[in-house]
Amino acid sequence: MDAGKDSEQTSMKNRTAVERKSDREVVVTRTFDAPARIVFEAWTRPELFRQWWVPKSMGMVLRSCELDVRVGGRYRLVFGDDPANPIEFFGRYLEVTPPSRLVWTNEESGADASVTTVTFEEKDGKTLLVLHELYPSKEALDAAGTGAADALVETFEQLDELLVTLDATV
Amino acid sequence: MVQLSIARLDASFAALSDATRRGILERLGIADASITDLAEKFRMTLTGMKKHVGVLEQAGLVTTEKVGRVRTCRLGLRRLEEEAAWIERYRRVWDARFDELDKVVEELQQKEKADGRRKRQ
Repeated sequence: MDAGKDSEQTSMKNRTAVERKSDREVVVTRTFDAPARIVFEAWTRPELFRQWWVPKSMGMVLRSCELDVRVGGRYRLVFGDDPANPIEFFGRYLEVTPPSRLVWTNEESGADASVTTVTFEEKDGKTLLVLHELYPSKEALDAAGTGAADALVETFEQLDELLVTLDATV
Repeated sequence: MVQLSIARLDASFAALSDATRRGILERLGIADASITDLAEKFRMTLTGMKKHVGVLEQAGLVTTEKVGRVRTCRLGLRRLEEEAAWIERYRRVWDARFDELDKVVEELQQKEKADGRRKRQ
């Protein structure tokens, strides 16, 4: 196989893109090679959802996952090795429109509740997923970016690589 | 901590698109310099150099400090690094999740195909 084919294959992997649209909003986009109804199913059935929401690289254990996916229904995710000291994420669904739209609140931070909107847009059998998170303040968004992501063990290696790249660019 | 907007990243890339401004960054990478130094180095008027430095400053790539009558310029890469790092940390979380989601979706599709075949038989 020549180098050209290699790079073609690399570009085949669907890329996850992140953009901060404003001080309070962040948008994540990704394409999936499946119809919207299938991707939507994986977001709304707890036994499927728990298979992907916490990848091994996060180094966290998902102890329970309850999703009552209907308008006004609540969800609760419980993490942590120590049952006496659980880390919980919870909120409720504001909109449930299969297979194209899900909106929920994130209420674990109290006053800093953010709202997550996920849209599933099908085209030619593929699904463009757009996840939009709106935070009550810039500070809340900055904190979210560090909090959730710090669980990633590879983060600092990645960061080092990135900084090397940036240094080389300038 | 991090002060980021896409508009500012755009400003960073726009600032870097100019050869003179890249030259200024390279120069400041060696040592801090005054606007006057830079203007001489790049054979440019003070006004012209102020404009270039202004663009770099807006983009967070350069910081300046005025002491007496001399304005000293230095590299201000810190902010760009922080911004890029924030985005990259956030992206890593979702990318890891979505790679797993790919697998779940693939399994669901396979299962659906298999069920479809069974029904037809």
